[in-house]
Amino acid sequence: MAKDGAAGFLTTRLEAVVDWGRKNSLWPLPYGTSCCGIEMMATLCSDYDLARFGAEAVRFSPRQADMIIVAGIINAKMAPVLKTIYDQVSDPKWVVSMGACASSGGIFNVYSVTQGIDTIIPVDVYVPGCPPSPEGLINAVMRLQDMIAKGATRAQMRERGSIEQQSQLA
Amino acid sequence: MDIRALVTSADAWKAQIEKIKIKFDSSIEEIRLPGIYPTDVPIIYVKGNALTELLMFLKTDQILDYQFLSDLTATDEEVQPRFEVVYNLFSHSTKLRIRVKCRVSEGQEVRTATAIWPGANWAEREVWDMFGIRFAGHPSLRRLLMDERWEGHPLRKDYPLRGYQFFQTSQEVDTKNLE
Ligand code: SF4
Repeated sequence: MAKDGAAGFLTTRLEAVVDWGRKNSLWPLPYGTSCCGIEMMATLCSDYDLARFGAEAVRFSPRQADMIIVAGIINAKMAPVLKTIYDQVSDPKWVVSMGACASSGGIFNVYSVTQGIDTIIPVDVYVPGCPPSPEGLINAVMRLQDMIAKGATRAQMRERGSIEQQSQLA
Repeated sequence: MDIRALVTSADAWKAQIEKIKIKFDSSIEEIRLPGIYPTDVPIIYVKGNALTELLMFLKTDQILDYQFLSDLTATDEEVQPRFEVVYNLFSHSTKLRIRVKCRVSEGQEVRTATAIWPGANWAEREVWDMFGIRFAGHPSLRRLLMDERWEGHPLRKDYPLRGYQFFQTSQEVDTKNLE
């Protein structure tokens, strides 16, 4: 705080404290639709233990989660469902696109599969691999934590108004 | 597989085909036997008007006893008539399989098999969804896999591989169909 009592300095510090809290308490919503979901389960289990990064409280309700891990093929019929669930998660929310299928459609370049979930919802971190190893997902979560600390995620940018409020994508 | 079992099943099939021929001779277009044609089980091509009758006969006859419809699907042959509806049957008592096919051209209907095997319900919905073949008398012929707003039938040979159709909202639930 400045000597004259101006709160400018405090505000930025408060933001940093809040972001520190957010990044160490991620609540994942496991959107596992196929094989990648199995790797995600392995990551959450005791061997790899995502709890070490404060992201073990898996919630199947979008109202109680803030990090969507999209792990698997999102086919055309599933796309509106994913969009609805994304909209139901309250801000700030983060999206991890796990695996080739979620990120780009993967090997399924056919009529029934969405060619990347970023055509439906904004994505923060992409994890390459088919499927990515648990280490890959852990790396993505750590990357996401760094981004949250820097305020570089899409949700935080939306909050600050540095990108469009409503995504142009959908 | 035991070679002796193959020989006995070939004999058993021959006897069965003779039996079927006596009853359905005028409605059978063609019979393809393994050994002569590249197939693992006999294929009976039957005319559409006798299809239900033949399936019922295969199921209820004491000796044939093909009680189990193991698969119902279709193929797009790109000739005239365009489609073949395929019924794969299995007998739990004789351990034999048999395949019944029915050629249909575009827009032509096939009689439903749901009256014979209730399990044909979803298989027929899938065939309608993927190939656009209608089944007359089906209790509720709706798309099974694709969105109900989908246009076209994706497993037809002329459907583009990348013919994407994306919808912004989920398909509406028809409350009539809820239990
Ligand atoms: S990226 Fe590979 S492992 Fe993951 S859902 Fe697709 S096919 Fe399965």
